[in-house]
Formats: sequence, structure tokens, C-alpha cells
Amino acid sequence: MKIVSCDTIAAISTVIGEGGIGIVRISGPESFKIAEKIFRPKTKKKFNELKNRTLYLGNIVDSKNDIIDEVLLAIFKAPYTYTREDMVEINCHGGLTAQKRILGLVLDQGARMAEPGEFTKRAFLNGRIDLSQAEAVIDIIRAKTDKALSVANRQLTGSLSKKIKEIRSDLLNILAHIAANIDFPEEDIPEADSEFILKEITVAGERVKELLKGAGSGRILREGLSTLILGNTNVGKSSLLNALVKEERAIVTDIPGTTRDIIEEYIDIKGIPIKIIDTAGIRQTSDKVEKIGIERAMKHLKEAELVLLMIDISRKLTRDDKNLIELIRDKTAITVINKVDLPVEVNEDEIEQLVPTERIIRISALKHEGIEELKEAIFDTVTEKMGFSDEGLIAAGERQRKVLQEAHDFLDMAIDAMDIHMPIEMVELDIRDAWEKLGEITGDTVSEDIITTIFQKFCIGK
Amino acid sequence: MEYKVGKYDVAVVGIGHAGCEAALATARMGLKTVAFAINLDSIALMACNPSIGGPGKSNMVREIDALGGQMGINVDKTFIQMRMLNTKKGPAVRAIRAQLDKRAYSATMKHTVESQPNIDIVQEEVVKILVEGKKVTGVVTKTGGIYEAKAVILTTGVYLRGRIVIGDLSYSSGPSGLFPANELSKSLESLGFELGRFKTGTPPRIHKDSVDFSKMIIQPGDEKIFPFSYASGEIQREQIPCWLTYTNEKTHKIISENLHRAPLYTGEIKGAGPRYCPSVEMKIVNFKDKTSHQVFIEPEGIDTNEMYVQGLSTSLPVDVQIEMARSVKGLENVKIMRFGYAIEYDFVIPTQLKPTLEAKNVQGLYMAGQINGTSGYEEAAAQGLMAGINAALKIKEKEPLVLSRSDAYIGVMIDDLVTKGVIEPYRILTSRAEYRLLLRQDNADLRLMDTGHKIGLINDERYKKYMKKKKMIEDEIKRLESVKITPTAKTNETLEQLETAVLKSPSTLAELLKRPELNYEKLKVLDEHRKELPLEVIEQVEISTAYEGYIKRQIAQVEQFKKMENKKIPEDINFDEIYGLGFEAREKLKEIKPLSIGQASRISGVNPSDITVLMIYLEMRRRKSLHEEF
Repeated sequence: MKIVSCDTIAAISTVIGEGGIGIVRISGPESFKIAEKIFRPKTKKKFNELKNRTLYLGNIVDSKNDIIDEVLLAIFKAPYTYTREDMVEINCHGGLTAQKRILGLVLDQGARMAEPGEFTKRAFLNGRIDLSQAEAVIDIIRAKTDKALSVANRQLTGSLSKKIKEIRSDLLNILAHIAANIDFPEEDIPEADSEFILKEITVAGERVKELLKGAGSGRILREGLSTLILGNTNVGKSSLLNALVKEERAIVTDIPGTTRDIIEEYIDIKGIPIKIIDTAGIRQTSDKVEKIGIERAMKHLKEAELVLLMIDISRKLTRDDKNLIELIRDKTAITVINKVDLPVEVNEDEIEQLVPTERIIRISALKHEGIEELKEAIFDTVTEKMGFSDEGLIAAGERQRKVLQEAHDFLDMAIDAMDIHMPIEMVELDIRDAWEKLGEITGDTVSEDIITTIFQKFCIGK
Repeated sequence: MEYKVGKYDVAVVGIGHAGCEAALATARMGLKTVAFAINLDSIALMACNPSIGGPGKSNMVREIDALGGQMGINVDKTFIQMRMLNTKKGPAVRAIRAQLDKRAYSATMKHTVESQPNIDIVQEEVVKILVEGKKVTGVVTKTGGIYEAKAVILTTGVYLRGRIVIGDLSYSSGPSGLFPANELSKSLESLGFELGRFKTGTPPRIHKDSVDFSKMIIQPGDEKIFPFSYASGEIQREQIPCWLTYTNEKTHKIISENLHRAPLYTGEIKGAGPRYCPSVEMKIVNFKDKTSHQVFIEPEGIDTNEMYVQGLSTSLPVDVQIEMARSVKGLENVKIMRFGYAIEYDFVIPTQLKPTLEAKNVQGLYMAGQINGTSGYEEAAAQGLMAGINAALKIKEKEPLVLSRSDAYIGVMIDDLVTKGVIEPYRILTSRAEYRLLLRQDNADLRLMDTGHKIGLINDERYKKYMKKKKMIEDEIKRLESVKITPTAKTNETLEQLETAVLKSPSTLAELLKRPELNYEKLKVLDEHRKELPLEVIEQVEISTAYEGYIKRQIAQVEQFKKMENKKIPEDINFDEIYGLGFEAREKLKEIKPLSIGQASRISGVNPSDITVLMIYLEMRRRKSLHEEF
């Protein structure tokens, strides 16, 4: 984690789960410049004509000028602001996903993701907060930092950390080899082969890209928590999907590339973006066409982070139902009993004994009964099982994404540099920057590692 | 009996590579200096290999030169071979290395020091440091001589409780048959310093006439000589070659069979040795798969038949040394004149020093060189110079000179020493320098000569010459950026001949120079009206244009780095008083006493939230002090 002041920072400053309106805050010398690039006010005024401390209605647009969200934006000129720096506040309506995209745009324009408690820290360091509050400020910052670290660490215990460590170790070997060639030119160490280096950094770049696609909560926030509605034909999957989508404003509609058999919808439950996948009914079949659809559904089941297992209480349980129950044994899942408005054909106790899920929710998808309870259950499951509960996580995820992106950019630069035959020590700078960036995620960027590796791998000495 | 000898500004203890630079710096800065050596014939002695320079190291010698030190000038006077290393790589990692005439190097340096006004040289062993309160007042010699001094600089090399080990034999000794300094360590301990113990070693020296060079590969010097000192100008000199041969399986067998007699493996040697300079027995043990290792035979000088055997550093028993040496191709009948040995010595844990190299707990006491746990002549000289400069500045009541990690390799080294400490004899490496693209050996003058001139070690004449060079570089870069080449048929034909892409729209010469396949020389055909410029100017123009992108990126990184370095921590800070620091961080901060937030953030065990807490505390303190003023 690097500590730099005087640059421009940004963060989402509302807590997940607290309603639709959120604020993206920017603080620092570049605040206005950044906001100008992404804000299109409805008024005819130019950005530099906007009045201090006044709300302006307008749109946030991305680099292609596509509208992300309609917002209210206010600028606050230093020094009469919370941090005593130039600040911008963007009030957005479009739920967390929109806030996230806006934050992403702000970061892409050069702002840095704020460290935990950094707005408060700046407010204090710039003299905004009274001396008598110093200890309280320290407590806040320490608490936030420690919390963020523990969230980040929790995220890292899994395979992400392992993967990053593997990539770093490959890069470290290259760095040590190049460094050994540079520092000990008269030893009989073979020169690092440039084709080999190119191959290794290309592979490393691809692996970082893979991680970028699917890293931690950042990915969930970007792509939504993938939630699969699983159940036999005619159990009411589509009705449930419609009920959920109707209640919530759909953020994104059909994603291109989805097949006729699989429908994806995005909803926002208390700030958590959920990507709901409705599949073709899964059942034993010999029909060839249907088989393909089912295979695809099985693949989605494997990838799903949350499963809503639907059971029709108005029909007797079939072998297919029981098979499905077996399929979700290892998944995070909620059992949804549908059609409670119809005459009951299955004993609920029987279902309770059969299903492995903690939560069983009774609904009528058609009549929109029990939908709120279901959403409550989804939120609780996600927050409990995934520790997905506070701004620290968003920050950690967003920071991770940015760091991975930067590491990827450095590797790209290294590849470009090799393509145009730059001297190896220039290429090494790029590789080293990538290696150090990745280390920011695992919390480890010690150059002593390179030196140790040199002496382990190469026999050096007079 | 003790007796008073005289009053000095500065006393320098030891006149090796660090001591020479320290004494010359203080004397040249106008201070009355006394310097002691156990043997005056060993001034600036190269007790190990007769060679100076190499990656990182040559950068440091040039930095010494730009600051007004002596090492580069002395190398240029006495080298017998010069080579540019890493020529196949880019400019940022090129390095020069010189083979030297060992006796000439030592004699020439001795003559420089003894001819320098303001220095008295005395052959004496210093046994005690005099301190009153927390302030140094002088030194006492073995014969009882009291030399009063406002500052004392310890540059004791490997002499402190030196112990030589060869096989099962060990005895108290300095290097190369010289006396050790057995008493000064106790004086340091009684002043509260924590000492550590390191080990280093040296290979045998052999008689030239007993070597069969026909079986070896000749290693001549370069035709074009690049001197170390910016003051030297062009040098032409007849050079003496080195020779390359290899160990073989027989050599390795002899060593393996005698490991039970190797003090490194019997437990006889306890001090940590340098990983980058292992003895041959260590190489065989650690790299079992390697069936042969390089051995360089290097002349020790013009008027001597002794030759240095680089690659066979060892502390094996003498009979094994002979057998082992004779197993090497070309050394079948070799006669060893001096045997290899390991030497253990005391050093002072360097985290007890400030970045000025002054001791934290004794004012006016400075340390430089191997006593700080480093190894290498260049590392020693660089510290000696900085200790000398800072002792002089302190006596003159001026601001100290601390080079940062972005200014110089010297800054990287000293920051590493005082912030992180040492686990083995410390050697500078290019990989230790974050901003090595900016810390090149070719631009040390551009980085540091202003400083050298300001402190008074670079005279006006040299400075003027440097300013002229600097202006030529700047003018030429501006010119290249302004001269436009238009895409005429003729131009494009020329570009095709140069095997580079043709132009579609006008381009400046600077843009063309950025193309990897082009260089300044090749562009001449498109740039007919250019002035003749010195090679060193062209070199700077080429590097700063061709690698502009990378250089700019490093400069941006340096700016971020400097922001934290410039947040100073006052010396009288009480870390116990700061609310909210972690336990480990508090202990480490108390021990290291960092001078800036940047330095604090490099201490292991100090994490980002501790840094935040520290910054908040400093802000509170600043506001309180403002409050008190009104």
C-alpha cells in the first residue's frame, strides 16, 4: 500500500444496503478536471462556469459518450470543504452498479482509490479537524485500515492469492536472471534468452488478464453475483425471474451472446448486483436438442455462486426433483417452494428433510407473494456466506482491480519494449513494476527477494 | 603513560579506502586533520583483488569523483587494464572496471594524502575513543598519545579483533600480514555500541613464472579507454591482460574430500560471509551440479610477479590449497607466494548510525567502510567521503549532506545500511537501486557536481568545465527537438538505406533518434549542419532522447518518493508519546530513529497505518508549536 498525499482520491461514500442513492466523492487538485471529463450538465453552462456549492443535474458519460447515469453534481472549491481540497460530489441514483461504474470512470481519469479513512485523514492533516479530535481520528483511521486489511486478507486466502504468488514467482525468476546478468557480467551465467522472457511475460500477462476477469468482490460488483434458478420444467422459474425483475429496476437487460435457452437478468438487491440466470428445465431426457440445453445448464450450475432451487409444491416430487436436490449439495443455495397458492401435493416436512439448504422460502411467483422474503434471504445468504457487507470490500475489490490492471499494462509495455528491441534493462523496469504492483495485492514488494533469488540460482563469486 | 599530542578538528582512524577519502575531504574543506594507520605502507591497500569498478560500483566511483573525492583520479593514474562491461546491454547498466597496479595505487594515494595541506599522518594504533557527555573529544593511541578532536571518523576495515583462519589454524591478525586492532572494540562496547562479526576471505597469490598461460584464454583490456574521473580527459596507456582458466572435476574432488578440514564447515568460522563472494569450497558445496568454475589470473602490478587468482578464494589448509591450485589447467606447476585465508572481524551494527554516518548516541563520532558491515573498496571510499563531508559540515555548523535513494547509489547504500541493517557484508548491486535508470555511471557529474562544488570539493575550474558540458547537452537536445525533417524522396531514400521506416509526415531529429535502429551517428546524413560535439555530450543527448519515456516515468516515481522523503521527523521526537502506534512499529522507530516519513516507511514492521498515525502526530505537533509561538 503506497501512501501518497497531494494526489486526487475518490471513493463511494454510501454503505451498501442503504437505499438507491449513493455519492461518489472526489478530493484533490485534479477533482474538477476529472469531473469535467465525465459530466454533461443539463444547463448550457460550461464546467468552469458552474457555481460553487450548487447542485447541477446532468449525465455521467463514459469514453464513448454513452450515458451511465443521471446524477446531481456539486463542486466544492478549496479551502472551504471537508478535506480543504477541491472536491466534487456526484449523487447518483442508479444503484450500486451505476455508482461503481462512475467510480471506475473517475479512477480511469487519474484519481486514486482512497485508502480507508483517507478523507478524514486529509481533513485532519489539512487543518479541517480540531486538534482535540486527533485521537478519535487516529482510532477511526486505524479501525478502518485494519478492517480493510482483514477484508482484503480474507479475500486473499483463496485461490487469487495463490495465483498471484505463482505469477510473481515466475516474474521474480526472470528478474533475478536479468539482474544477475547485469550485476555479474563476468560470471559464466548464461544470458537470459529474450525469446524465453517474451514467452514468460506474455503468459504472465494473460494470467493477470484472467484474474482481472474474475477477481473477488470486485467482479461481483462489476458483473453481479451469478445466481442460477434451478428447477424442473413448469416449476415457475420464468415467473420468479419476472417477479424479481418487476420488483427491482433492471439495470442491464439481455446481455448479447446469451442463448435462447439461458436468459440473464440483472437486479439490485440492497446494493448487491445480482445476475440471475434462468435455465432450461433440467431433467433426464433423450431428446438431443434438449440435451444440449441441459448440458449448458449443468455448466452454469457449476459456475453459479448462488442457486435458487425451485420446487413446485402443487405436484408430487419426482425423481428429477430429487436428482436436482443432489446436484446442489455443495452449492450455496436457497430452496424456493413455489405455487403455495395452489392445493398442496407435497408434505413440506419431506422437502425440509430432503434439501440441504438452510433457508426455505415459500412463494407464489405468479401472485408476487413471498418475493420480499426471498430477497431478504438472498441478501442475508450473500452477506453471511461471502462476507459481502461493507464499503471496505468494495474498496478492496476496486483497488485490486486497478492494481491488476496496472500490472497488466506494465507487462504489455514490457512486451512492446521487447518487440522494438529495447535494451533488456528497460524491459526489466516494466517487468519489475508489474511484479511490484502484484505485490501490492499480496502485501509483499521487497527487492531483497530478487537478490536472494540471484544467489540461490546462480553461482557467483570470485 | 598518556600524554597530550595536539588539537585537531578531525581524527581519522585507519587510512584505507574510506580513511583516505574522509581525511582528504575534511582537510580540503579546511579542517585540521590527523589520520592514523597501523602501518603507513598499507595506506589504500587493496588487500583483496587488484580491481576497482563493475556494475553499481563504477557508478559509485564516478559519484565520488563528482563530489570531489579521490578514488577515480587515483584509479586513472594507476590502472593497468580497463574494460567497459555490459556493452551488449543498454546505457543504464554499463559499467567500467579497472585492473590496478596494487603498489602504485597505494603509493600514489599515500603521496596524495601526505601532500595534502591540513593532514598529519601518524603510524599508530588507536585504542580508545574519548567522549565527554555524549560528545566525542578525541582519541588515545597505543603509546598513550592523546589527540583532541571535534570529530572522529572510524574507518577501521577488517582490523577490529581481526582473526585469520586457514584450515585448523587461526590467529589474531589484520589483513595481509598486518597487525590487528584488538583494543578499540572494547572502547566501542563501553560506549554502548552493539558489535557484530563478519567474515571475508581472499584467494592465494601465485608466481607469474610458474603459470602456463598457453593453456588459458587471454582477457585483454578495451582499445578505447573510458576513464573513471571526469577530470582525467583522454587516456592512452599500454595495458596488461588477465587470463581465464577453469576448475575441473579433479579440483572439486580434492575440495570435497577435504571439507572436514574446511573451517567454514567445521564451525571454526562463525561470522557471516558475503553471498556474492563465496569461497571456492562454498561454490562446490552449494552448486554440486556445476562441473567447472571460472578462474581469472590477474596481474597485481607492473613491477611484480605476483598474480591474483580470482575464483579460488579459500580458507582450506595450505596443503589442500596447493593441491587444489595445481589441479587447475595452466597451474599444474604453480608456486603459491601468499596463501588464501579467511578473516573474521568486528563491525558496528549500522542501524546505530544516522544517515550522515554519525553515531546516534555519540555526537561527532562517524563511521565508514567495513566497520559498517560493508565490503568493497568502492563502498568504503563512498562512505569515507560522506563521513568526511558530514563531519566537516557539522564542525562548520552547516546543514548536513544526505544523498537520497534517487540522487545516487551512495544514497541507496547508506539508506540501506542505516534503515535496514546488514545480514552479510553489504555490496552495492544495481538491483538495490529503484531509480537505476537515472543513476547511471555516465551522468554522475550531472547529478552531483553542483553539490560537490557547493560544499567546496570541486574547484571552480572543474565546475566551469562541467557547466560548459551541461550547456552543450541542453542546447543539442533543444536543437534536435526543433529541427524538422520533411518526407522528401531523398530523405526517405536515406531512411531506407538506414533500414528504418520512411516518413509520411515531417518529424524532428529527436523523434527519429528515438527509433531503436537509429543513433546519433547514423542520423548525421540527415543533419548536415550539426556541430562537432565531444563524445560525452553525444552520449548524454542520445540516452536522454532515446529513453525519454522510461526516464520520464522514473522521474515521476522519484517525485512521489521525494514527497515522503521531504516530510521530516524531528530528532527530538518521542515515539513512546505517540497514541495509536503498533507495538512492533514503536520499537523499530525508537531503534532506527528515521529522519523522514519516507525512511520510516522502509523499516520492516512499520505498516501503512503506523505511517498515518505518525503523520497525524507530526501535524498535531506542528499546530501545537504554532500555537505556542503566538
